[in-house]
Amino acid sequence: MTPDKKAAAQKPAPPRKPRAAKAAAPQKPTWDIGDIDTWGPDRHELGATIIEAGNSVFNETGGWRSDVPEIDSEKCDGCMLCYFYCPDASIVIEGGKAVGIDLEHCKGCGICAKECPTDAIVMKTDEKE
Amino acid sequence: MTTRTTILSLPKEEYVHPGNRACTGCSLGIAYRIGLKALGPDTILIVPPSCLTVLQGLFPVASTKLPSLNVTFASTAAAATGVLEALKAQGREHTKVVAWAGDGGTADIGIQSLSGAAERGDDFLFMCYDNEGYMNTGVQRSGTTPQGAITANTPFKGKMQQRKDVAAIMTAHGIDYVATASASYPLDLYDKIKKAITLKGVKYIHIHTPCPPGWGFDTRYAVKVGELAVETGYLDLYEVEKGEFRLTGASAKTLEKGTRKPVREYLQTQSRFRIMSPEQAADAQARVDATWSTYSSGEG
Repeated sequence: MTPDKKAAAQKPAPPRKPRAAKAAAPQKPTWDIGDIDTWGPDRHELGATIIEAGNSVFNETGGWRSDVPEIDSEKCDGCMLCYFYCPDASIVIEGGKAVGIDLEHCKGCGICAKECPTDAIVMKTDEKE
Repeated sequence: MTTRTTILSLPKEEYVHPGNRACTGCSLGIAYRIGLKALGPDTILIVPPSCLTVLQGLFPVASTKLPSLNVTFASTAAAATGVLEALKAQGREHTKVVAWAGDGGTADIGIQSLSGAAERGDDFLFMCYDNEGYMNTGVQRSGTTPQGAITANTPFKGKMQQRKDVAAIMTAHGIDYVATASASYPLDLYDKIKKAITLKGVKYIHIHTPCPPGWGFDTRYAVKVGELAVETGYLDLYEVEKGEFRLTGASAKTLEKGTRKPVREYLQTQSRFRIMSPEQAADAQARVDATWSTYSSGEG
């Protein structure tokens, strides 16, 4: 390791940006099965059954992204094509206009930027924290 | 004429949650999202191993909000029949049963149980999304892979055989409703599902879903490649309702205006066709021309 790199490695990491808190976001479920030895047959689910439907919102797929879409709401004419074609339902619509991206789940495919008829969405290189 | 659905009149409720495990730019995500909006909450899904199983999530994560039963490849339609019988015994005949399989689970492995169910006339909807290969296991060739395409097991010369026309096979069963659709035209797909669930017996919808990693194009072109397939006539959007054939949506417009593009424009968007010989490309064009000549003469 060269001295330069060593110095860089010792430098403390920049503080993480706090994530925008979602309104009334449900808590991520925890798996506490410490007392499993005392469980009877009534507490065991059938094999490979997922009881809670749609719990994938706790799965953050935003880390897959290398480009991030940026929305200019001034240019948006409310055609909703981005919302319609987004494979991950990650476009935030407010008052009939696209106002933002769900960055925890957007995979950065760029379909929204390609389909936008008014060029209100552009893809920028994602700066990872 | 029935009223057309628009983007603004689609239901706002989402039945596929974000955070699913589909690849970046997967157009199946679009078709699945809009398709489930058409089906509504009173639905049970039957899904064999496919990309859709991956999209639905790895245990213990599920991205679909509807009850979904994962079964083996060959038994998709048979399992749908079983679920129907169970619902009948419980007196819940209003609940829709929908099998949603990939092209391998439909054209190759699952075709005997599907054919059997179509012959028996069980009352469910079978959806096949066609990404033209076994994509989630690493892009192997399937029965619907087109001629000339490079896959994991046809790496040097491309696939030599022609693709299988599953929608035509299902039409030959004489069932009430057969349709083709594209993930690039989700409203057309939405209207077809809405129509199919009102009919009796097995209904079959074949959805063309471009696959960025398997076909070799940039993720942002996923919708554009699907549109090109329709504009060049490589994929024709049609429905056969009680034996009556009708072109729909963009395909009907293409026929009306006579604006069909050369198939080459579609083939050259994807790197899987990069070693296609000129004879194979000419053959692909000739097959499309032959199909479309029957449409313009009004026989279709």
